[in-house]
Amino acid sequence: MARSRTNTLEYNPALCNRCGMCGVVCPHGVFVPGDDAARLVDRDACMECGACSLNCEAGAIKVESDVGCASAMIMAALTRRGAPAPCCG
Amino acid sequence: MTAADRLVHLLARLGVRRNEWRVRPGLYRLGEAGPDSPVFASANYRLSFDALRGALEGMDAFILVLDTRGINVWCAAGKGTFGTDELVARIEKTGLAEVVTHRTVIAPQLCATGVAAHEVRRRSGFRVKFGPVRAEDIPRFMAGGRAAQEMRRVSFDLKDRAVLIPVEAKTALPFVAGASAAAYAAGEPVGAAGIAAASLAGFVAFPLLLPWLPGEDFSAKGLLLGSIAGLGAAAAGLARDDGTSLPSRAVKAASYALALPPITAFLGLNFTGCTTFTSPSGVRREINRYVRPMAGMAGAGLLLNLAQRVVLGLKGGRDGQE
Repeated sequence: MARSRTNTLEYNPALCNRCGMCGVVCPHGVFVPGDDAARLVDRDACMECGACSLNCEAGAIKVESDVGCASAMIMAALTRRGAPAPCCG
Repeated sequence: MTAADRLVHLLARLGVRRNEWRVRPGLYRLGEAGPDSPVFASANYRLSFDALRGALEGMDAFILVLDTRGINVWCAAGKGTFGTDELVARIEKTGLAEVVTHRTVIAPQLCATGVAAHEVRRRSGFRVKFGPVRAEDIPRFMAGGRAAQEMRRVSFDLKDRAVLIPVEAKTALPFVAGASAAAYAAGEPVGAAGIAAASLAGFVAFPLLLPWLPGEDFSAKGLLLGSIAGLGAAAAGLARDDGTSLPSRAVKAASYALALPPITAFLGLNFTGCTTFTSPSGVRREINRYVRPMAGMAGAGLLLNLAQRVVLGLKGGRDGQE
């Protein structure tokens, strides 16, 4: 399966409280539970959905999540507006 | 699921009478559900609701349908409509705390993009337990008490990709049909067929062949696939004796080879929005990298084609005077 490679995921293990939510919510297995802190094991698979950072009560995970819709982004670029408007179903 | 349900699902995918397929938000009781029965949260998109309903068949349970404006779980979560606020509000509006004695809502994993479990607990007292990605895994999830690794991953297999073909076709067809008809009217039957072929390559072959197309970038994969249509049209243009000279036909063939692949590539780039794994950063990078070259190729092909026609017209005019 192709990977996104480019992403904005940032993780600070020092803040992790080992609640395990990141491992639960990630649909691509980017995080797994670890002994001292969750481990970031597959950064390239991150698709920036933002589920981990939203559910990280400790604030250890940051990611710029967005609607990844090419047509909306192209429209936004063409009309020189900032954020792409949600478009699809 | 009955045949009528399946028809509704296809229409819902196509967005036909979309609003009529919305499920009314609220609390639904399945079987003999009582105060101890589990509560499952869902979107008010017909396909989401039916997938859950089907998976819970024979089970005593409640379904808490959120108002996601008729949009599926993952997309609604991404846009925040399947989110913390709506879940908390729906729990309050339905009086869930009076209906059940426990304090757990089982929510689809993919809503985690919009639902912060700790926030929901703090604001409503209900614990959000994230269930599996796919509703069909719920019986195993309930039996085991937790989701196994494979239930937590999204896939994008052949079937997942195939159901998107009508969705993609619906968006692309008006443009494709228009461009193809215009080419035909301009005396370009080969070009018209080429546009149709490049488009079909984009919204049928591309989704189906995605994992096997070489390269990482969707635009590059699309350019490659579109080149087959482009080169095919070029060969047909060269071979077809339309009474013009070979060099003239070669210019026309080159115009096909340039103008057609970007059609497939653009449709391929658009398909990133349908996948379960591309990141917005990755898509942005692809747009920056490919959209200008793609537009350049298409523009160059179109100019070449027009130039060939103008030269041919001038020549024809001169020949007529002699």
